[in-house]
Amino acid sequence: MTSRIEVTSSGSHWDTAAFKRRLRRRRAAEKRFKWYGIGAVLLGIFFVLMLFFSIAINGVGAFWQTQIQLDIYFDPTEISEANLYSANYGKLVKQAMYSQFPEVTKRKEKRQLSRMVSVGSDVMLQNLVTADPSIVGTTRSLWFPIDDSFDMLYKNDFGRNSNKGGAGLISKNQLGWFDTLVEQGKIESRFNKRYFTAGDSREPELAGLRGALMGSFFTILVTLAISFPVGVAAACYLEEFAPRNKFTDFIEININNLAAVPSVVFGLLGLAVFINFFGLPRSVPLVGGLVLSLMTIPTIIIAGRAALRAVPPSIREGALALGASKTQTVIQEVVPLAMPGMLTGTIIGIAQALGETAPLLMIGMVAFIVDVPGGPLDPSTVLPVQIFLWADSPERAFLEKTSGAILILLAFLIAMNIVAVIMRRRFERRW
Amino acid sequence: MENSTETTNKERIITRLDDTIFQGKVSETDGVDSNLSQKYRMTAKNVNVYYSETHAIKNVSLSIRENEVLSIIGPSGCGKSTFLRCLNRINDIVVGCRITGEIMLDGVDINSGELDVVELRARVGMVFQKPNPFPKSIYDNIAYGPRLHSMVNSREETDEVVYSCLRQVGLLSEVEDRINKSGTELSGGQQQRLCIARTLAVKPDVILMDEPCSALDPIATAKIEDLIDELRTEYSIVIVTHSMQQAARVSQRTAYFNLGDLIEVGDTGEVFTNPKHKLTEDYITGRFG
Repeated sequence: MTSRIEVTSSGSHWDTAAFKRRLRRRRAAEKRFKWYGIGAVLLGIFFVLMLFFSIAINGVGAFWQTQIQLDIYFDPTEISEANLYSANYGKLVKQAMYSQFPEVTKRKEKRQLSRMVSVGSDVMLQNLVTADPSIVGTTRSLWFPIDDSFDMLYKNDFGRNSNKGGAGLISKNQLGWFDTLVEQGKIESRFNKRYFTAGDSREPELAGLRGALMGSFFTILVTLAISFPVGVAAACYLEEFAPRNKFTDFIEININNLAAVPSVVFGLLGLAVFINFFGLPRSVPLVGGLVLSLMTIPTIIIAGRAALRAVPPSIREGALALGASKTQTVIQEVVPLAMPGMLTGTIIGIAQALGETAPLLMIGMVAFIVDVPGGPLDPSTVLPVQIFLWADSPERAFLEKTSGAILILLAFLIAMNIVAVIMRRRFERRW
Repeated sequence: MENSTETTNKERIITRLDDTIFQGKVSETDGVDSNLSQKYRMTAKNVNVYYSETHAIKNVSLSIRENEVLSIIGPSGCGKSTFLRCLNRINDIVVGCRITGEIMLDGVDINSGELDVVELRARVGMVFQKPNPFPKSIYDNIAYGPRLHSMVNSREETDEVVYSCLRQVGLLSEVEDRINKSGTELSGGQQQRLCIARTLAVKPDVILMDEPCSALDPIATAKIEDLIDELRTEYSIVIVTHSMQQAARVSQRTAYFNLGDLIEVGDTGEVFTNPKHKLTEDYITGRFG
């Protein structure tokens, strides 16, 4: 008793060197802990920025395409009413090209010259003429995509020295012509509209994302249409109505397990069930959407249940005490309050599905498809699979196409996540 | 039944009945005049409640008369709220909760299936400890019940119910200008009165209140106590409270629960001034609880 009075009266316990040392140590530990956290966050930001930066540097080029300006004379002797679709449009392009360099006469050199323009140019001309046959007989100054190796040459001088050993893709002659055309201002980099309006192609300068974008759109539409209602209904039943017994426990464990199953397994399941058993067509967004639904449903169920559990029981009791039935309580009061959480879960699940490749490889959505799909039953591919396909292509120009596609995919994912955040903010209610 | 001697007899019987309840012998209500039981709105007989293994309510028999406020007091965990929550079967939603015994509402057993739980809860309204307005407008909060039971068919009828209920709880002047604002934006006391108004809107016979003032300041509490006193003329009210002063102020009869047992029930004045049981005396004099 006396000793205690001594300590408190003199206050010496709080003044001792040992106490101060302990206090210092404690503060140091707190500071250290704070810096660990800041360090981890900075490291994360650094890597994310690195990733974005490197992809952006590589990918920005994809939105620009080097094009060549040619004066095309729509020769009436070549094009007539009868052969609008079969006229030799390639010849028109070649002639326009030869007229730029009248001194080129050798057959081999002429071929080299004509190869500098993209092989898709004749189709462009054909489209022009069939859309408006009255242009036959006139001369038009038009821009054509240049061949991908010259695109690379223009963009980053790639290939200028590669022909030293004579094995390069670009010959010395072509290099000369190219430089002349650049000097004349006939070659310049223009916005690559094809990238957004065309389907896939083996030629990088012709390849576009529209097929993949539409494929992704239809696939996600199917996924959303199936997984959202099923997921929400399952979450509601399991959380609000299901009896607590071994069977529902078993279901719960399995749903959690499903969320952790590698996605490629869902692809095999889709192949076995939807394609082999039900006989649905291969490579179509419908099957892709079904497979991705299998993957997304567990995510939505888990998020939905968490959201339902977060609704305070007082709201349920309030409604029940007024004589609402169980179903009325759940549908009128609980689900609306849980909706923001459910929607967030859905968007995250859908974003996951949007970026999924592996299961779609199994059901044939990896095929090379040039046509832009018009519905969920047309063969198509999706964005991440397109990235996979392009990344696999040998042409150098596909490198930037790949990065460009990744940029677009990332933009979609970020946009979806922002929507999720906004929805959560907007619908968040206090109780 | 017309002359006054009969009436006093009746009252004596009730008192005796209440006496026997505290001794746990009331389960046999033989000899109680059938006309007498008419005065009871709700009657609980030999009610036992189990939460999984826990025996929360032990053989409780208790009645609620018309136009009276019955307060239930007792230490924490004594089963007051549990008993209250049995009266409108809101305990049904608690997993593992089992109820035996008989609870009658106007002569119908509420657990028998003769009375639909939806009807029961409309007739036996409940106000909770924590104000729990729905996160929607004040108007919709009150209109919810009447709409649910199709008691209103037009906007005018709904308006009438909503405004009269708000007036009844003295909230109308306070919220008139923001009736379409969310009910959750009101103050705690206003929220609780909104919840009472919401309960009144379905025109119940009995109102159960589970510590309605425990989250409120003294001024809001006074308003609600006044309101309870007014409501007594139309409804039977059962109120669970931790405040003995509140029980003394608002109730005509008081029941004292301890560890799941009903120890004593009687006129409030009697229970507080002259408790029959040692446990009650200890509790109200502040020796424990």
